[in-house]
Formats: sequence, C-alpha cells, structure tokens
Amino acid sequence: MDFAVSTHRLLMCAPDKYGLLYEINPWMKLEVQPDVALAATQWQELHRVLTQEVQAEVQLVDQADGAPDMVFTANAGLLSQGRVLLSRFRHPQRQVEVPYFRKWFEERGYDCLEPPEEVYFEGEGDALFAGEILLAGYLKRSDIRAHQWVAAELGVQVLSLELTDSRWYHLDTALFALSPNLIVCYPGAFDEYARLVLEGNFETIKVEEEEALQFACNSVVLGDTIVMPAGCPKLKSELESRDKTVYTVEMSEFLKCGGACKCLTLFLR
Amino acid sequence: MVEESVRLDGHIIDSLTLSKVMDLILTHGGTYEITNFQIGRTKTDASHAEISVRAPSQDDLESILHLIGQHGAVRPAHDVEMLPAPADGVFPEGFYSTTNLETAIRLSDRWVPVERTEMDCGIVVRQDGAESLASCVPLHRVKQRDQVVVGDRGVRVTPVPRRDPSDVFSFMGSEVSSERPKELIVAATVQAMREVRATGRKIVFVGGPAIVHTGAGPQLEAIIHRGWIDVLFAGNALATHDIERALYGTSLGVDLETGAPAAHGHEHHLRAINAIRAVGGIRPAVESGLLSSGIMHACVVKGVDFVLAGSIRDDGPLPDVITDSVEAQDAMRERVRDAGIAIMVATTLHSVATGNLLPASVRTICVDSDADSVIKLMDRGTHQAFGLVTDCEFFLKELAGKLGTT
Repeated sequence: MDFAVSTHRLLMCAPDKYGLLYEINPWMKLEVQPDVALAATQWQELHRVLTQEVQAEVQLVDQADGAPDMVFTANAGLLSQGRVLLSRFRHPQRQVEVPYFRKWFEERGYDCLEPPEEVYFEGEGDALFAGEILLAGYLKRSDIRAHQWVAAELGVQVLSLELTDSRWYHLDTALFALSPNLIVCYPGAFDEYARLVLEGNFETIKVEEEEALQFACNSVVLGDTIVMPAGCPKLKSELESRDKTVYTVEMSEFLKCGGACKCLTLFLR
Repeated sequence: MVEESVRLDGHIIDSLTLSKVMDLILTHGGTYEITNFQIGRTKTDASHAEISVRAPSQDDLESILHLIGQHGAVRPAHDVEMLPAPADGVFPEGFYSTTNLETAIRLSDRWVPVERTEMDCGIVVRQDGAESLASCVPLHRVKQRDQVVVGDRGVRVTPVPRRDPSDVFSFMGSEVSSERPKELIVAATVQAMREVRATGRKIVFVGGPAIVHTGAGPQLEAIIHRGWIDVLFAGNALATHDIERALYGTSLGVDLETGAPAAHGHEHHLRAINAIRAVGGIRPAVESGLLSSGIMHACVVKGVDFVLAGSIRDDGPLPDVITDSVEAQDAMRERVRDAGIAIMVATTLHSVATGNLLPASVRTICVDSDADSVIKLMDRGTHQAFGLVTDCEFFLKELAGKLGTT
C-alpha cells in the first residue's frame, strides 16, 4: 500500500449504528437522544463536502454493533507513516471499538502499536500536529504518560496541554492548527500553563465560549480549506478574512454526544 | 518530614510540566529538590528529571504524589517487601495497613491487584501455581508463615475517581446535611439501586430498630417483598421489635396503630424472643406459621440473606443472632462481596461495622435523624458515605413509593 503522506486522506464511519446509550461526557444526556435519521443526513453532508467540495479521499470503516461512538473515528488512534498508535480508551464503553479499528488498520497493512500498560490514549482526539510539533491534550481522557510514548515512537516534540473543563474533554474540541505557527483555540479549556505554552509557541486565534460550545474548534483543516460545524459565524468570518475557504456543516445530532466534524474524521497518514 | 523520589520524563520544559509539578508541590505544602536532571539535546529529545519530594506527613506526601502523578511524575516502581506472619492472628512488625481504596502491589515487575478491598487489614500474598494472588486479610484470619506485605514500598492505592457529573450521586458530595432536597436524594438512591441491579451486584441494607418504632417496618417489608434487597444486616433489636410487631402489634410495648402503651406491653419483646427461641429460630417460626408478617418474615420468604450481629445489651437474644462479634464480622464480610450499594438506616453501630468492611467504591448512603451517626461513620474511614439527616420513616416511605411505582 501507499504510505505517502497526505493530509487529504481520511477515515470515516457512517452512523449506521449511532446512538446515545451511555453518558461519558457532559454533552451526553440520555434524555436528549439524537435523531439518528437527521444524524445520518448531517454525516452524509459532511462526507459530501469532504469528498466532493474539498476532494479529500475518504475511506470508510463499518460501524460495529454495541459501539455507538465508533462514528468518532478521530479517537481510533494517531497515524504517522503507516504506523498506527492505537487508542486505549479511558471509558470501558468505548474500549470495545479498539479491536474493530485495529482489524481495519491491519487488513490494510498498517503497523499497529498499543500504548504502554495502564496508559490511556485517545488518538487524534488528543493529539494534533501543528507542523512538526505534536500538540497533545491530557487529564480528561489521555494520560500525560501517553505523550512520552508518542514522542518516543514518532520522534517528535510533544507539547502537553492540560484540559481543565470536562465540556472540552478532548484536545480536538478546543483547538486546531491552521499552519505550523497559527492555531485556533478556546483558552478556557486549558490550564494556565497550557495557555502560556500555546501563546509562547504560536500565534493564536481565540474562539469565544459561545462558539466553543458549538464546537467551533472541532474543525477539519485541509490545506487552506476548513470544514467546520455550523453556528460559529465569528470564527468563520475570521478564517475567511485570512483567505481561507470555509465550509460549514450542521452537526446538531453529533453535538448531543460531544462530537462534530473533526471527531468524525481521522487523518490517514 | 517524609520523602519520596519521583521521576518525570518527556518534553517537560517546553510543556512547562516541570514548572507545574514544582509549583504543585509547593502550593500543597511540600518542598522539593531536583536530584538529577538531563535536558534533551534537541527539540525532539525528551528531558529527564528526578525529584525528591518532601512533605510534613505521609498523608500530605501521598496527596502531593497523587496530584503530580497526573502530570507524569511517577514513583520508580519497586517490588513490595514481605515477611512471614510470626504466629496465627499476628502480623509481622511494620505490616502495611490497608485502606478501603482499590490497591495494587508490585510483584516481579508487574502490578497485582489486591482482592477483597477492606480497610484496617494486612495484605497477604499467596501463590497459585505460577501466579501470585494478593488479598486483604483481617488480623484474626492471618496464619503463621503467611507472606504479609510490610512497609508501603511497591503498594499503589487508587483514590476513588470523581464521579462523572451525570452520575446520580455526583451532587451528593461526601458531607452531612439536613439542608438537602430529600426527595431528590431518594430518587438518586433509587436510580443507583437500579444501576447496581443492572450490573448484577448486590444491594445491602443495614437497619436499626427505629425503623420499627417509627412505624416504617411495613415500608421496608414491602421493599424486600419487591425483591430490592439482597442482604440485610441488623442486630437483635430490629429483628425482635419487628417480630414483636408481627406477634403483638406493638414495638417496645407501644401499639403501632394507636400509639398508646399496651397493657403489659413492656413484656412483649421478651415474649416475642421466647416464642422464637421455643421454635428454634426465625426460619422455623416462618415455616411453622407462627411468624406470618414483618421484615424478617419477608427476608425468609424472599430468600434474602441476613446477618443479625449481637451486642452486649441484647435481651435473649434471638437464636439467629451471632453473639461472637468476630464471627459476625466474618459473616458480614463474606456477604458484602460484590456489593454495589449499601443503604444504612437508623443505626450507628451496624453502619460503622458495615462501613469498615466496604471498599470505597461501594456507594453508601447513611440515613439517620441524628447527624452524629453519619459523622461517626465517615470519621471511621467510610469517606464515601453520603449522609442524609432525616426521619427513617420518611426515607423508607419515599423509597418504597419510588421503587413501587415503576
């Protein structure tokens, strides 16, 4: 297979067995169930924008029974040069996803690695590249010890960022990188050390809480194109003022489980 | 001052993790010394620091180590040390005294979970073929030459995770108050009971005689009949007054219908005990038709396991009462295994006794009209207990209603 680095190859999982069956983050409320038909429509639109508008190559993994959150493929692992650093989910409800993702990767020739004993790691949900630097979130889901493992395996510099607010429980709910020097983030999701690290290393576009709650930061960056959840007009116009092409997709039914555009995609590298 | 060395690896300078760990040590009353430091030569190289952490007490040190552990500062793992027990019922000098928290010990470079989590025990390690098994063992159960963990090196204790905000018990911080929305708390208890049921663990009920005196006996009886209790812990008094009610309609001689003292009512409880002793126990009394209602009757009919533990002031007692305290403890110890929730109502003695046996992961609610009862339970180490200061009749009525309506 071809392991050529491409930022335009993505893995997605159609929401055939999507649902809200448990509560493992503050967004999930069993009494507020997603409309699964509408979720399917929203996912199709995201898939259409990515494949037809942006012309990304999207591969699909089948959703398994009893793994309602498998649609959030970003949490399957972190990929680099044909290797997959697999996740170990903090919650048992999501641990069931790992063998399905692993099988998919292995069947396509990826070399799969497991995190060290007793270390939690939730894949690209908590690990995003800004150029050569890997920004990595911890405390809510991934352990900081996973960062040491990722750094050693990939030979990259990892900046560890503590997440302090359970509503932004993964790094990709509170931050994305536009370029090696420019990031978009919601500062309220981080502790003061992480904020200093971000400000010291990057130019930052700060998202306001109102839009951060609409998962403005859960956006997919494909070169100069950004695919983001609808309902975040301030960030959208900020990005457009920087000559970015922005597509918005309604994500209401995935927000009910605490996910949006980025959570629904994983970069295949 | 106590001291422990930790190591911190990774991009700890660029991420400010080292600064954060040092700040955390200081702001939590500790001090530190960096005993070894190797800075990464390039941006992608990891740095390595060894830090000696000092704190005024072992508890302070543990809380600092737990805190900085979340930021990657780890204790180098050493295997535990063990010594043989010098005699039956005696731990070796310097034995590790357990908490009610999930515990693991390091043996041959791997973490072995300690089974039967219980506070104030020792950890005994046994070999099962090639496998080492560790479990909490109370003092009186240790046998001469058992291998017992000494010191705290190689012992890892996991604090109870903060409950998810969606958890029904999450709004019940571990504190005592009468200033709480009581109906909400009963609803939360019901939901917790349903969750425990769904996971196949046990619901343990611990009760005092005030349940009968206040007229709440029929409520508890109904809850048992509906199959909501797996294990009942009580003393001679609850069973006696319940049986007195069943046989005479009184509790401590007071007519539960009218509230008036019955003639010669003060003798009723002794006559009740005597009647049960005459037929050989509670089960024979139910089987012979002598006892046809009440809490104990419901337990026998529904197959609910019960332990009646005796105390020094007991009359009689009933033949089912275990008068040897250590034996009673052991009987309770066996029955709290797989408990998911413990509901303790109107008894300090049996609540504390049960709390002593429970892992901190068991949801524990203690209901008493006196805040002291709950405070005592928590002071004796059952920190996970949630206290509700209210009359037990109100609580059981609400509980029975909420369990019965769905």
